[in-house]
This record gives sequence, structure tokens and C-alpha cells, in this order.
Amino acid sequence: MAWMRSEKTVPVLTLVGVIFLIWYVATVFLNAPFERDRAERVGKEPPSFSQLIPLTMAQERPVLPAPHQVAQEIWKTTVGMAVKGRPFSKRSLIYHAWITLSATLLGFLIGTLLGVALAVGIVHNRAMDKSVMPWVITSQTIPILAIAPMIIVVLNAVGISGLLPKALISTYLSFFPVVVGMVAGLRAPERADLDLMHTYSASRAQTFWKLRLPASLPYLFTSLKIAIAISLVGAIVGEMPTGAVAGLGARLLAGSYYGQTIQIWSALITAAALAAVLVALVGLGHRMVLARMGQKEVAI
Amino acid sequence: MTVVSAQSLSLTFQTADAPVHALKDVSLDIEEGEFVSFIGPSGCGKTTFLRVIADLETPTGGSITVNGMSPAEARQARSYGYVFQAASLQPWRTIEKNIALPLEIMGVPKAERPQRIDKVLDLVELSGFAKKYPWQLSGGMQQRASIARALAFDADLLLMDEPFGALDEIVRDTLNEALLELWARTNKTICFVTHSIPEAVYLSTKIVVMSPRPGRIHEVIESALPKERPLDIRESPEFLKIAARVRDGLRAGHGVDA
Repeated sequence: MAWMRSEKTVPVLTLVGVIFLIWYVATVFLNAPFERDRAERVGKEPPSFSQLIPLTMAQERPVLPAPHQVAQEIWKTTVGMAVKGRPFSKRSLIYHAWITLSATLLGFLIGTLLGVALAVGIVHNRAMDKSVMPWVITSQTIPILAIAPMIIVVLNAVGISGLLPKALISTYLSFFPVVVGMVAGLRAPERADLDLMHTYSASRAQTFWKLRLPASLPYLFTSLKIAIAISLVGAIVGEMPTGAVAGLGARLLAGSYYGQTIQIWSALITAAALAAVLVALVGLGHRMVLARMGQKEVAI
Repeated sequence: MTVVSAQSLSLTFQTADAPVHALKDVSLDIEEGEFVSFIGPSGCGKTTFLRVIADLETPTGGSITVNGMSPAEARQARSYGYVFQAASLQPWRTIEKNIALPLEIMGVPKAERPQRIDKVLDLVELSGFAKKYPWQLSGGMQQRASIARALAFDADLLLMDEPFGALDEIVRDTLNEALLELWARTNKTICFVTHSIPEAVYLSTKIVVMSPRPGRIHEVIESALPKERPLDIRESPEFLKIAARVRDGLRAGHGVDA
């Protein structure tokens, strides 16, 4: 475990501690007005500060839930459900996370394939180089929130529903960093490297497989780390404006309808943790590929 | 047999402001087994001439043959190996895999490759380093590996574009000695671009002094030094005489107007 002995551990833990401290302080201050109002309504004395602290951390619908409330909720809806033997019930976060994860992974896969294919075309074809890249960039200037419902509605009209429409929203976001990174990577070989292939009378295919593609892999993995994270964002966004009943996005939406702030925060934290795990997995793949390619260890 | 034959060869690059005459009216014959150095200041066309032989540039006038063919045909016939100023080894391949690269591209059978790789690694004295990655080698060793790669497919002509230009004096001396030995053992024809007068005189049987704007041949000096050349030949009167002629040639060709 490299991170255990790395000199990063102490600073990271310190920062986490500071964040929790700020969070708890904010919990008290943000939830205090509710307690004072409640005391006033029943005609009691407003609670003292020391009485206030435990009260602000035990509300059912706090403005800001305390970290341990969120942790309890996550525990109850993941491990708790699993212990009960119902890890995939509709009340389990594992179930919702899996719904979102499946759309994320499918979207990421399609996005990666599409991104690599477009990059190969752009690098090898002058017409594509001139015509495709502006559209790729334009595509990302449209707010995803505006286009997500359209994709769902249009695909529904042609009879495609379920996983694929959501995955396509992930694709829409994730193909972009792959195209940009892959174009840069495929163009990374220097003039002398390409000249060398020319002196061997290498075909374009040989130059691609033996020079451009291996040279592009470090670039590809850097892009994939961004792509997997925004794939998750895409899947969540895809669940929000479309009345989805399952998935982390649906969980966020339902929580906000009913003022279930603890539920919102646990869905948020779960999404963030999921993103961290996905990025770490891509990072692991990155390291393994680079190690096979004889490179020294890289900073992630 | 004449390996390279150029007749009033010209190459003009069209640039935005004015055309650049990289080569003008260059005529030269290179015979089999010769070691020819091209020396001159930047912009004299020495690298361009080498690139024309290798079909990396297309001349705009005159004619040139390589092994009696056009440069493009000669390239397709794998007539030459090219060594660049930078070693240009692929960082993701070990040294032996780097040497295997041209063999893979040229379709040399897999069973035949190890034996060829061993042979050229031995020629450049890198036998123990087959499994190492380029970053594990010093600059001089990397350049030796790139020479081995150029030798791997047994071309009779070796084109070297300032291969030792980025190395320090001590490493350069060692590699010069090793290159002469390699040349003696393999009987290849070598074209060698350099900035260094001692290097050109030490290595060559023929020194082509070039001058810039337009790039052209100022003088061709035949060297009468024996084929056997220990490093201290560089203090002999014959050596110094040839070096002085090269220096005079460079000066007369406005070569030192830097």
C-alpha cells in the first residue's frame, strides 16, 4: 500500500479533519434557528448554547445534516440492508448506486470507443480534422441539463428506453476528453520518430500500431480518468429531469421533493465515493499499462 | 560500384517570405565502402542532402540515384539505415525490441530476429543490455542502440545525421573509435554529417566541405590516412594537414560567418 507510507497521508488526514470541523460548526449554526423557533412556538425559553448543540444534530430534516447522521443513513441503507438480506431492495443505496453505475459504465465504454474512433479519424483524415473538431467542441458548450431530457424523450419516441438513453448522456459528456486527449496522444510522436518509420517504408497501419497508438496510451489514460468521473455526472443528470424512479439521481430528486436532506446528502456522498473509486480504478489500469510499457512510476 | 550518384541536384524550400535554396547544383559520387563526411555550418544543406538520399526530402532539380535506383525505390528496397541526431528509441520497448522494430515492419521472420539482434548488439558492444529500457542507458549507449537498429536489417549504406552531436567529447571519442572498427568489420558505405573538424578527419576517407546560402559543395577532400586509425593519429602531421585544409575550405566558403 503505497499511500500508507507516502508523505501525503498526514496532510490529507489533516485536511479531512478540518473539513469535518467546519461541517460540524456549520451544522450547529444552520440548524439553530429551527430549534429556537420551535421553543418559541411552544412558549419555552430558547435553549442555551450547550443545549442547542445536541438538538441541532438530531433533527429529522435539518438544513445541514451532521456528518454522523449522513454516515448512519449510508450505513443503514447499504450494510444495514445487506445484513437484512435485501441489498437490492428499492430502499437500499446499493441498488440505486448500481443503477447509476451500470449507466455510467455503459456510457463510459461507448464514449471511450467513440472518442478513440473520432481521434483516429481526425489524425488520419484532413477533412475530418477540419470538420469534426469544431463540432466536438461545440457539443460541450450546450448545457447537459438542457439536452438530457431531449435525448430521453427522442429515444423513447423511437422505442429505446431504460439503460441506454441514460448511458448515452454519459457518452455525450465522456467522449469529449477522450477525443481531445487521444488526438494529442496520436500526434505526440516527434518528426524524427515518424521519419524513422518512413525510412522503414512502414505503412500507415504499421505506423499507427507500432508508433502512434503506444505513444498515445499515457494521454488516453489521463483522459479516461476525467471521462469516468463525468460519465457518473452524466448518468446522475440523466436520472434527474426525467422522472426516473431509481438511481442516485432519482434519490437526490426524491429527497429534495420531500425535504429529506439526510437522504440527499447520503446520495451525494455515495456518488462522490463512487467517483473516487472509479477514478482510482482507471488510475490503477494506468499504472499497470505503464509498468508493462517499462515506464517509471507516474504521479496520478 | 557507385552507391550514391548526384548530378546538379537542387532543392528549394518555398517559405512565406523568400525561397530558401537548401541545395544548389550539388554533384557528388559516393563509392562502395567509402566513409564520407559532410561538414559545414548550419544551413549548408548537409543534412538536407542526407535526407534526399533517404527519400525524406524530394529534390526540386537535378537527379540522384541510390544503388542505381531512385531514392524512393532504394528506400522500399531497404537499401539504407538511417541514424538521427537523437537516438529516437521508443521508450516503451526494451533495447532488443527497439532493434526488432524495423525487422517487424519489414516482415523478417520471427525465428530469424533474435540472431540478428544479437549480432548487431555485439557489433555496438551492448550485448548485456538487450532487456534494458532506453531510460536505463546513458546517452552514448542509447545512440549505440540506435546504430544497432539501423544495422539490423543489413543495409549496405548507413546514413548518419550528426549522431554524436549531443554527446560529450569523451564519449564521442570512444564512439568514433567504435564506429571505425564497425565500418572495418562490416564494409558498409557510410555517409556522416558532422559539425566537428577532428571528427570528420578522423573518420573519413572523403570529406565534403559545404557552404551555405545557397547550400552547395565547396570542396571535396580525399584523405590519405591509413584505414587503421588509433585515436592518437590525431596528433600526426598528416592528420593536422588535412584538418587545416578542411578549416581553410570552411573559411573560404564563408562558413564561419556566424
